[in-house]
Amino acid sequence: MTATATRGQKKHATEDLRSEEEIAAEKRKGRVGLYLIIPGMAFLALFFAAPVLVLLSMSLYAKPPGAEIGEFVPALQFSNYTTVIAAYWEVFLRSFVFAFIATVAALLIGYPMAYLVAVRLRGRQLMQGILLVLLIAPFFSSFILRTQAWKQILSDEGPVVTVLRAIAILPPDGHLTATAFAVVCGLTYNFLPFMMLPIYANLDRLDTSLLEASGDLYASPIKTFFKVTLPLSMPGVFAGTLLTFIPAAGDYVNASLLGNNRDTAMIGQIIDSRFFKVVDYPGASALSFILMILILALVLIYIKRFGTKELF
Amino acid sequence: MRQKLGRWFIPVAGGLAFVYLLVPIAYIFVFSFNDAGRTNLEWRGFTLDNWQNPCGAPNVCQSLVNSLQIGLVATVVATVLGTCVAIGLVRYKFKFRNTADLLIILPLATPEVVLGASLLAQFLNLGWELGFSTIVISHIMFCMSFVVVTVRARVSSLDPRLEEAANDLYASPFMTFWKVTFPLLLPGIVAAALLSFAMSFDDFIITNFNSGNFTTFPKFIYVSATRGIPAQANVIGSAMFILALVVVITSQVIAYRRRKALASR
Repeated sequence: MTATATRGQKKHATEDLRSEEEIAAEKRKGRVGLYLIIPGMAFLALFFAAPVLVLLSMSLYAKPPGAEIGEFVPALQFSNYTTVIAAYWEVFLRSFVFAFIATVAALLIGYPMAYLVAVRLRGRQLMQGILLVLLIAPFFSSFILRTQAWKQILSDEGPVVTVLRAIAILPPDGHLTATAFAVVCGLTYNFLPFMMLPIYANLDRLDTSLLEASGDLYASPIKTFFKVTLPLSMPGVFAGTLLTFIPAAGDYVNASLLGNNRDTAMIGQIIDSRFFKVVDYPGASALSFILMILILALVLIYIKRFGTKELF
Repeated sequence: MRQKLGRWFIPVAGGLAFVYLLVPIAYIFVFSFNDAGRTNLEWRGFTLDNWQNPCGAPNVCQSLVNSLQIGLVATVVATVLGTCVAIGLVRYKFKFRNTADLLIILPLATPEVVLGASLLAQFLNLGWELGFSTIVISHIMFCMSFVVVTVRARVSSLDPRLEEAANDLYASPFMTFWKVTFPLLLPGIVAAALLSFAMSFDDFIITNFNSGNFTTFPKFIYVSATRGIPAQANVIGSAMFILALVVVITSQVIAYRRRKALASR
């Protein structure tokens, strides 16, 4: 006992220049840290990690012969996965394509917004504040109400279709709602703030003297943008694209309000209807789990490929 | 010429993007004055009735009150839990930090349908009745990760010398926290709380999975969308938007004046 203590002390004496008290204080601090995170972590373990495991086990449940609707027994029925993949792989593909287009569109719209507020209006705090509020405030008018408003604005009797038909961009019987175009527009619109805010947070710290230096070295503004501004803001773009793509891929409000439910269906709609209309818990769980794994895989590939500063 | 084009491109593109963002809000606002009758689909004439009687449609005000209560409880709990986790993760070193990090990031990388479906599976398994409490739990869960990420950025950028100085001046750790650390973290905490409330108030997908017969404001609108949304929903949507604008802009203006006054002193 004493021997180990002395050896321990000797070890500290050689490797660590701190006093005994400092080390004890460090340990105590470590414990305080653990106490601080335990409640939050316990909550996440109970209501995030455990539910995902429940979802995984439920995705393998089987329907016993002669069962009532919604009655399932624990099993290891892996065929649930092959069944839903065979039935819905197209919907998965469509969801990811829609989410991808919406993410690119949101980036093209959100970047100039972020640049305007963070760089062009730098120093004008009141103006910056007002524009940022305009970005957050729509949350309070409910995104379903706003999506429904888009549905009416884009409807066949609405102003947009009337104008587009008059100038012959749309054929006389053409329409915008109940199309893939409307669904992607809705996705772009709804997740735009999630794209814009991280880019803004990043550009807000951009050192503009670098842009001046680039200009002084005769780089054109466009070259300066692609060689200096954009590479420096990549962490913001990275966060923004993830925060847009992930919710967009799982969304079903836009698809169900702005789509036509046949060839615009997204995977979220299917999961919802499997759960509540068809009451096929194992199928719905399997679909949810596949969606989670696919998105995690895509995110990991994305992080591996682009998660560094070396982009250009 | 090209130089000029470049100078105008950003304000025009950024400005148009803001207009795009606000078009549906304008639509909602205009149609809150519609003499709508049962369905608020086409313009039938101007009226102030809806604004004078915002609770006129059945359930619209009850669902709003429900949403506000859920948002308030979820925000307070998520902010407290999340802030503790953020401080704990940045300031202290211990074994399970990587696991803790993973547990915080994963909910952010999981789409809402999956979060909603897995919680529903859990609640079905536990045999809990769906309603107010299950909605609050689900909202705390998805808000907390956002709080941790937001507050953690603030904690990392804090100058540790300020706390050391307080320590050197014989402040107890508790005093140091309340008088030095907490005030410095407050802007981050407030931002995180506002974001939590906004997300909770506007959440539909997770709520829809875990609400049973309980109705929140977004759920009310979604359910009535098939039959026609009453104009009163537009009134409440507009009023909440205006309220959020007024509250935040007022606080911005006050902060701006204070900064100016400090600068001129």
